[in-house]
Amino acid sequence: MPAAVHAASSDKPLAAYREVGKRFPNGIVALEHLDFSIRRGEFLTLLGPSGCGKSTALRLLAGLAQPSKGEIVRHSAGSHDVGFVFQEPTLMPWATVAENVRLPLRLKNIEYQESRVHEALTLVGLGDFRDAYPRELSGGMKMRVSIARALVTRPQLLLMDEPFAALDEITRFKLNDDLRALWRQLECTVVFVTHSVFESVYLSTRILMFTPRPGRIAAEFDIATPEPRAGQFRTSPEYGAHCREVSAELARVMGEA
Amino acid sequence: MAHAHPRTSLGERALRLIMPIVALALAIGLWEAVVRHYELPPYILPGPFLVFETLKSDWGTLSESLLVTLRTTAIALLLAVVGGVLLALLFASSRLVERSLFPFAVILQVTPIIAIAPLLLVYLEPGTAVLVCAWIVAFFPILSNTALGLASVDRNLQELFALYGANRWKTLFLLRVPAALPYFLGGLRIAGGLALIGAVVAEIAAGTAGRGSGLAYRIVESGYRLNVPRMFAALLLISLAGIAIFALLTLIQHLTLRRWHESALDRES
Repeated sequence: MPAAVHAASSDKPLAAYREVGKRFPNGIVALEHLDFSIRRGEFLTLLGPSGCGKSTALRLLAGLAQPSKGEIVRHSAGSHDVGFVFQEPTLMPWATVAENVRLPLRLKNIEYQESRVHEALTLVGLGDFRDAYPRELSGGMKMRVSIARALVTRPQLLLMDEPFAALDEITRFKLNDDLRALWRQLECTVVFVTHSVFESVYLSTRILMFTPRPGRIAAEFDIATPEPRAGQFRTSPEYGAHCREVSAELARVMGEA
Repeated sequence: MAHAHPRTSLGERALRLIMPIVALALAIGLWEAVVRHYELPPYILPGPFLVFETLKSDWGTLSESLLVTLRTTAIALLLAVVGGVLLALLFASSRLVERSLFPFAVILQVTPIIAIAPLLLVYLEPGTAVLVCAWIVAFFPILSNTALGLASVDRNLQELFALYGANRWKTLFLLRVPAALPYFLGGLRIAGGLALIGAVVAEIAAGTAGRGSGLAYRIVESGYRLNVPRMFAALLLISLAGIAIFALLTLIQHLTLRRWHESALDRES
């Protein structure tokens, strides 16, 4: 069964890692023999223990770092098509919410369109907060601004590096739901990094599990449930079964290391 | 939180406002009492009332001198801002330039201005020498604070700018300059006070050669004439000028940062 039901299970993947390795200048090997594709329209999670190189894999895809071995092939249209959400909200404290969201348009010399900023803020449910400053917002709201900023260029590919790790559980659950709804609505592709088994199963259509450093792919899971996932998915036996399966594999991978 | 204890808060706040004024009044009263009790002649120690009287009667001369000193301070501070910020931007653009030029700035800073002033008076005409002295001491805090601020940009924000292909100039003006602003304003507040000190020190070193005749010159001149009340009056004006400069720069800092910076937050909110 195809992982992403709503996606045009299409021809070419959006991007592909080909035998990618990354060694840092200090000699640490973060990644080895990374070889996988990102399918158009999927919600892919890179799951693994802290320090396994999954964030590094994401940064390579964004072009924030270069692989030391192998290559990453991108089959996407323009250069406008990647949005990145950091672990921290990473907002400019001196700028309003609207100015923060507008930033990618300014940096990419895209003609300023008020409607785009408005659209992005509405998508994350912050339409009324455009003139607020970051310090006036809660942690969850800051993260929403950060997501709106990533969406303002209407990217095909949204990269998220443990974006909800610092939030409390109730806020995280809410943002999980909203992110999933956004993914369905925008029909974009998401690559999401987390160390939480439960979050990965809840969000993804596919999970790639990394080994401890140097990171390689230890296992792959398709979380194939009919879309849209029902509101009670989090408490369903099916969800529990997937979590058990992934947790057991994670324990095995950690035991081997 | 203040709202939780309105009773203590109101009383405490009034007390906090009144006590410093009471303390100041007591100190002035004590000063006057000591002068009267021991019948001290004005050329030893004038009482505060005599100082105020002198301030009033000599206002013509003193106010002119005050304007001279304030003008020197303001010009020096302005030039220090221009020079300090430009040099900090230059440092930010090249590590090599920073390593090569920073030692000069340090040498200027650590050498006491009072020791440099006589030399400058040899080479420059007095008005210019005074200005240069004030500039030298005001320049360094602006340079070092702004350079620190330009280098203290959030790493993730830098990566975000790189991700969206921001060029050097956009990164500078949209990211590094705003990030450096609180540091710059902190430096400016220090530099304001130092510019006044630099101007006063240089005026004293210039002594009677100072045709511009600022407040410090008035102090030296009145000292020669044993006009102690006028010395005190001029001293009072210098202090007030320093306080006014500090208050003005603090206000500018507050107005600029109040919307977003931690330093300007209301602690009770």
